[in-house]
Amino acid sequence: MPTDQLNLIFAALADPTRRAIIARLAAGAASVKQLSAPFAMSGPAVSKHLRVLERAGLVARSRERQLRPRRLKPGPLKKVADWAENYRRFWEPSFQRLDAYLHHLKETEQKHGHRS
Amino acid sequence: MVTAAKVGVTSYTTPSDREVVITRVVDAPRDLVWKVWTNPDHIRHWMSGREGWTMPICEMDLRPGGKWRYVWRMPNGGEMTLAGVVREVVPPTRLVTTERWGPEWPETLNTLTLTEARDLTTITITVLYPSTAARDAALKSGMKDGMDITFATLDAFLRTQQGGV
Repeated sequence: MPTDQLNLIFAALADPTRRAIIARLAAGAASVKQLSAPFAMSGPAVSKHLRVLERAGLVARSRERQLRPRRLKPGPLKKVADWAENYRRFWEPSFQRLDAYLHHLKETEQKHGHRS
Repeated sequence: MVTAAKVGVTSYTTPSDREVVITRVVDAPRDLVWKVWTNPDHIRHWMSGREGWTMPICEMDLRPGGKWRYVWRMPNGGEMTLAGVVREVVPPTRLVTTERWGPEWPETLNTLTLTEARDLTTITITVLYPSTAARDAALKSGMKDGMDITFATLDAFLRTQQGGV
């Protein structure tokens, strides 16, 4: 994925309202009116957030019906989720192994009397 | 940075727009932690990435200007390389390196500091990103500001979309 698109996606996800919109859309497609309801926000303000999400390729408009409900586009989200997971999945098991390895080294050193 | 340090818990914080700070407290003296963090003979024993990965290459030329390179092999045969240049070495407290995870990633400047108190060592890794504001904002939200919850929701959503992308 090009870095530019990743940046667009990350910028889109950096805002808590937009993350809440995504969480809502994860439960199913919704119109602007439905999306505005949980937020103390006007339809145009929500539309502005939706445009940012659309530009990032995260949200699409369904062509059906007049309300044109928005739906999530899973492709880019999957890539971002993988990206964030990579970071965490790398460090967490490494630190756990570091703990075990340090414990092992300390025990070995104690047995040989190198360290009190 | 002052944190309520707990052994066995990794904390991710974002003290500035361009930094991510990873902190972990280990139950070992600082000299020992420095050794296992900087000596390839020790590194490959623990920094082996995810479950099932191996670390066929682990090189560290521990001096300013020295190169370092870690290569992991995944169970599916793919490889991941992490490499950079050593900028500053102050045993056993401070190591500054550049780091890049392959061509798609930005180069970061990583500062490792080790502090010792009451037989515990606090490992602090400060990762400084280039001035890509968007990425930093993303990391910020990804590491602590509720993004985990969003991702949990997304995971559930993505599972329902398997094959439909």
